[in-house]
Amino acid sequence: MTTLNINGELVRVDADPSTPVLWALRDVLGMTGTKYGCGVAACGACTVHVNGQPTRSCVTPISAVVGQKITTIEAVGNGRVGMAVQAAWIAHDVAQCGYCQSGQIMSATGLLETNRKPTDADIDAAMAGNLCRCGTYQRIRAAIHAAAKSLA
Amino acid sequence: MDAERVAQRLSGASVRQALCIDRRNFLRLTALAGGGLVISWHAPIAAAAAGAAAEAAKPLPDPNPFVRINADNTVDILVNRLDFGQGALTALPMLLAEEPDVDWSQVRAGLAPAGDAYKDPVFGIQMTGGSNAINHSWLQYRQIGAVARAMLVAAAADQWTVAVSSCTTGGGVVRSGGHHATYAALAEAAARQPVPEKVLLKPRSQFKIIGKGKGRLDAAAGATGKKKYGIDTRLPGMMVALLQRAPTFGGQVASFDATRALAIKGVRDIFQVSTDRGGTGVAIVAEGYWPAKQARDLLQVTWKAGVGGTVSSDTLLASYRDAARSPAVLALDHDMSAAAGAVRHVGGEYSFPYLAHAPMEPLNATFELKSGTATVMAGSQFQTIDQGAVAQTLGLKPEQVQLITLPAGGGFGRRAVPSSDYLREGAGIAKAWYERQGDKAGPVKVMWSREDDIRGGYYRPAHLHTVDAALDDKGKVLAWDHVIVGQSLVKGTPFEGFLIKNGVDGTMSEGVVENVYGLPLRLRITHPDVAVPVLWWRSVGNTHTAFVMETMADEVAQAAGADPVAWRLDRFAAGSHERHSAALRLAVKRSGYGGKLPQGHAWGVAVHESFGSVVAYVVDVSIVDGRPRVHQATAGVHANLVVNPLAAEAQVQGAAIFGFAMTQPGFEITLKDGVVQQSQFTDFTPPRMTEAFPVAVHFVPSEDPPTGLGEPGVPAIAPAVANALAKLTGKRLRKLPLVLA
Repeated sequence: MTTLNINGELVRVDADPSTPVLWALRDVLGMTGTKYGCGVAACGACTVHVNGQPTRSCVTPISAVVGQKITTIEAVGNGRVGMAVQAAWIAHDVAQCGYCQSGQIMSATGLLETNRKPTDADIDAAMAGNLCRCGTYQRIRAAIHAAAKSLA
Repeated sequence: MDAERVAQRLSGASVRQALCIDRRNFLRLTALAGGGLVISWHAPIAAAAAGAAAEAAKPLPDPNPFVRINADNTVDILVNRLDFGQGALTALPMLLAEEPDVDWSQVRAGLAPAGDAYKDPVFGIQMTGGSNAINHSWLQYRQIGAVARAMLVAAAADQWTVAVSSCTTGGGVVRSGGHHATYAALAEAAARQPVPEKVLLKPRSQFKIIGKGKGRLDAAAGATGKKKYGIDTRLPGMMVALLQRAPTFGGQVASFDATRALAIKGVRDIFQVSTDRGGTGVAIVAEGYWPAKQARDLLQVTWKAGVGGTVSSDTLLASYRDAARSPAVLALDHDMSAAAGAVRHVGGEYSFPYLAHAPMEPLNATFELKSGTATVMAGSQFQTIDQGAVAQTLGLKPEQVQLITLPAGGGFGRRAVPSSDYLREGAGIAKAWYERQGDKAGPVKVMWSREDDIRGGYYRPAHLHTVDAALDDKGKVLAWDHVIVGQSLVKGTPFEGFLIKNGVDGTMSEGVVENVYGLPLRLRITHPDVAVPVLWWRSVGNTHTAFVMETMADEVAQAAGADPVAWRLDRFAAGSHERHSAALRLAVKRSGYGGKLPQGHAWGVAVHESFGSVVAYVVDVSIVDGRPRVHQATAGVHANLVVNPLAAEAQVQGAAIFGFAMTQPGFEITLKDGVVQQSQFTDFTPPRMTEAFPVAVHFVPSEDPPTGLGEPGVPAIAPAVANALAKLTGKRLRKLPLVLA
């Protein structure tokens, strides 16, 4: 039994310590907002925050994050930055199929938490790990700039 | 379509247009207990089969609602399509809500399950494909909305003893003089009204919702992680299954040892099952994905090579080259004798690799079996076919299988499989699981890993084209001899009869045979049998034909000393292709085409029609790190009337990135001795934020009935990029992806 701090709550997870955070969230805890896309940290769909840092949950065993603060898409909107990013996502109608967008929002929020005026190059660097097969990148970029503006 | 044409002609008028309801018997209104109204649609096919008497006796409420007006005046609208990003979930409710003037903020939408009522009104099966959702349901959804309005208004007029013509609607309310009532308040009385024999459709000038940009109805759910995809299905007692397939298509298990795999905590069962294309594999059922994956990694399986055990990409290309010298079938004939007078030739050999669709949500389906019935939950794009396939696998009748359509995380063709490969395999696993476990069995979600997806076949087929354009001394084309070699997409599928004509698979010749440039064109085709499963990939045959035709157009224009835009426009004018002209002119005008670009940049142009819509791109391209880099793309689009401009723009922007992927090194599937060489996003690499580019999308204004937009943005981007690249390098690359030396 592993105890994790997820979205500010201590949660007991009955799973092998090697279990990635992704599968603890989805299969054990029923929190399906965090998505599986590749399992090898190549697509970013599974991105969560660990102590505020965007982290690929598909390659992060639960044993590695005991005692650390995990934030998922279900709660990122409780913070001012996450809420601004979600609002910009809706206002810009960013999503198409939407499957990658949890991860995109987590990465974008991570960026804006540390950089309130990201340049296009900053966005490239922060978002390059998040794939979108629908090709919504243009609106993702616009939404990040808009969220940054709304936080200024 | 006659009524539509009439309505179209009168679209400027300020009166509502009459539209007869041919199938009024199939519409039915039902009052809901506690207030509210449901409008259902009885499928003509089912009704005809059952007979009129049986139809009349059918109990209410009907299980196939399209719209439900609730007691709180919210309106639920069911969409007869899969939504996997293309926006049908929002656009079809826009059509329905328009006629009764529903308050858009009160509209909610859902995906319809498999059911006869939800069959495509043109295709006759329930499916999503060919960029047809709006085009085929343009009248249907407005008609249902108009019936709702007519009956609500009739109920109000009765109650108030006023003339129907004195009633107006707006914001979900009927008004007449000092009277007003919400739809919810009128619902019960409306349900008792007779279904009208004809309804009046609004003229275009009165549209309040259609033509206005509306955000996706599930945008908020999506941005907060609440939207549920097929893969998010969770049921009490549900298990997760993974399947170990053979390394070659159709390969079979010789033997397997599950001792170590079974020792993983949470693994419930491991057993051999049938797989696609006559193969066998080993299924692992576990309490979750992680134990199932750990167990699968520990399985020891020895394999017998399957039907696909000998295919290698390099030898395949060589065999296609041979096949191109003696093509099998004539698709389009033209006398080639004028070629004897040529002073020069342009063209050459073009090759295209296999491509995976790689939607972000890997394939999955959840099965729950009961005695004599089954429920399957999946992001199905072919509900009628998939329901039948699952039923057949389980030994049930289609009507004993309830198929619940769940939103899908992309598809791009991979969820529209004539063989229902992943649903048959999944149903087979579920059947074996229930048989083996008896009373202890519960629902099972069968999942694909990303590796399963990339290696799993059903690729856009590899193709080889050869083109020999014989030119005179002024660059005029005397003869255009075109050959295509590639696997048929539909041979051996239920679509064969519709899509293969005289031995030519129309999904391969599309994009050439239309011959929009009026060329002296002969097209010959060979469909080799190759043991690699293939499938349509967003925009289908146009993924390769547009590249050849549009890069060749530039070459021929250059040979004639003409500007590539002027050359195209001249030929469009000669052939009366006004929509092509309008789209191209718009892209050219808005892009600043021909103006000065920074050093090392070049303009590229291409235009192509597919699925009834024309998309032209003008791109500004340079070479960065040995790859083409698009700095700005401008799209001119002719898709007739655009129902949801916000979503339509997104479809073109996304399709441009999707099509651009074809040019990028690393975006190809190759085989060696039957084994797929790629398996992940690390070696099959779609574009990322760093390769993405802005696309300015402009629509040609039109009031004609809408044409497709899910796919038409794909074909023209790769040739536009290649045309710019040729200007930068002076060399023509005819092999995709584009590898610069």
